[in-house]
Amino acid sequence: MQQDIEKLICTARILRAHAVRMVHRSRASHLGSCLSVADIVACLYWNTLRIDPAQPAWPHRDRFILSKGHAAAIVYAALAERGFFPVYELKTYCEFGSRLTGHITSGVPGVEVSTGSLGHGLPIACGMALAANRDNLPSRTVVLASDGELDEGSNWEAILFAPQHELDNLLLIVDYNKIQSFGRVSEVLELSPLADKFRAFRWAVREVDGHNIPQLLDTFAAIPFVAGKPSVVIAHTVKGKGIKFMEDDLAWHYKSPTEEQLARALQELGQDA
Amino acid sequence: MRTAFIEELVHLAEQDERIWLVCGDLGYSVLEAFADRFPQRYLNAGVAEQNMTGIAAGLALMGKTVFTYSIANFPVMRCLEQIRNDVCYHNLNVKIVAVGGGLAYGSHGYTHHGVEDLAVMSAMPNLTVAAPGDPVEARSITRIIASHPGPAYLRLGKAGEPVLHPADTAVEYGKSIVLREGHDLTLISVGCMLANTLSAHDKLTAAGYSVRVVSMPFVVPLDEEAIRAAVTETRVVLTVEEHGVGGLGAAVGECIARFGKAVTFVPLHLNRAPIKISGTQEQLRELQGLSAAGIANSAAEALKRRDSIPQNPAESGEILA
Repeated sequence: MQQDIEKLICTARILRAHAVRMVHRSRASHLGSCLSVADIVACLYWNTLRIDPAQPAWPHRDRFILSKGHAAAIVYAALAERGFFPVYELKTYCEFGSRLTGHITSGVPGVEVSTGSLGHGLPIACGMALAANRDNLPSRTVVLASDGELDEGSNWEAILFAPQHELDNLLLIVDYNKIQSFGRVSEVLELSPLADKFRAFRWAVREVDGHNIPQLLDTFAAIPFVAGKPSVVIAHTVKGKGIKFMEDDLAWHYKSPTEEQLARALQELGQDA
Repeated sequence: MRTAFIEELVHLAEQDERIWLVCGDLGYSVLEAFADRFPQRYLNAGVAEQNMTGIAAGLALMGKTVFTYSIANFPVMRCLEQIRNDVCYHNLNVKIVAVGGGLAYGSHGYTHHGVEDLAVMSAMPNLTVAAPGDPVEARSITRIIASHPGPAYLRLGKAGEPVLHPADTAVEYGKSIVLREGHDLTLISVGCMLANTLSAHDKLTAAGYSVRVVSMPFVVPLDEEAIRAAVTETRVVLTVEEHGVGGLGAAVGECIARFGKAVTFVPLHLNRAPIKISGTQEQLRELQGLSAAGIANSAAEALKRRDSIPQNPAESGEILA
């Protein structure tokens, strides 16, 4: 187990390095949002999700929806490292003609749904979970959403819906890094007390450190937390996590690292340039 | 028309267990026939059209053929981005059904007028856009969109629309139906304007004109062949729709422009300004020039205007200038 955890820590570091290189090369943005979820994505793709890279359309697979579609780079990196497509294709991210667009887009092996406009993932996931429930399929549906995204009313429609239909095959993970696209969550639209909100909507709630891999693994292994209830993990995270000069800074929602910043970032991640 | 729809849907669902029906908390006294019969494939998503449409996309991604159902503009406007991103861009088997399209909810006020749907939905990729002209067309098109792969939009009337076709009329995907033959003028109707269009035909025929009536239930894909025939075989073309700008008139106009053949073309549609007063569907139609008499008058004027234009433009410097 300890070995698995160390491997996952290493994997998360590799994913971060991919994301930094991809965003640097393409002069793209949303690097902070990728780094924020690197540990969660590593745990999902290397431990929690029942998927088969050799059969992306396996009917009984778990479905993963990146609702915060702007964190595409880190998920593309995970899919490539898991063998859904060649790692070298990551170099085409945001290049002309590439299928790896800046917001996650279906058609890429392993990507279930295109997102980018916020508040779409959870309603789609409710449909998937409902179909699996009614058809007695073992598939589970996992959605990774941002905190800022919870401003969208469509999410609250779905948050009302899931417990009504006892979708305990549904897991929502909130990347709670407390920064949204134009300010701190507390200053734009405060979500606190977020766990209480979900409890009031009849969800089974757990709060975790979104960078603590053993905690994430234990938590994801425990779904459904309560039979008959949808599960939500409020993952307390740090935007830009893993690269000190990017951490907890709104600017890294937008900026692309310079050559010098790239070198510093990779050095901090222990990766080759 | 909604009865024809639900009867056909129940019939289809008996044969195809992938068919689901998802409503936005509307459908009292209509949807029970499906809900009671197939409770495992029925869902009331609540007053939440965005979630309803996202759920439909999720179900379709799991292999279902999903009909979403609500009234007038509700299943179209609030959830338009879900229709675009989740349904159309993913080319999913989601069939969006709006009951009471146009001015069917006339006296309910303009929040309940579904009069921009054809324009908005025509802009969506992969989406079939249909508005049947009578219950026979409604039944047939329900069947067609259920089996045609990809998303579709179905604008229905409400209740009590007259049957205008023989019950065995065959409707084909993307095709129109000629109800009356004629050589002076073509009236092309979409959706529930068909009855008034046929009455206008009768008035014009009584006045001595030879009038073709085409029911064109599909705005997308458009029956360009029928439009080309109208342009080449009759002198004047009018489109008739219970809809504002950007609907069938725009589609047919664009098609005619591409043919590059001069024809007198009059798109009859609602004014751009919202209708702020109460009235029955027929009263509001009359106010907007879409009663049978209104259509006939517009047609007669267009014919007179056409007759005043020299048939060979080369003879008229004015036209060439």
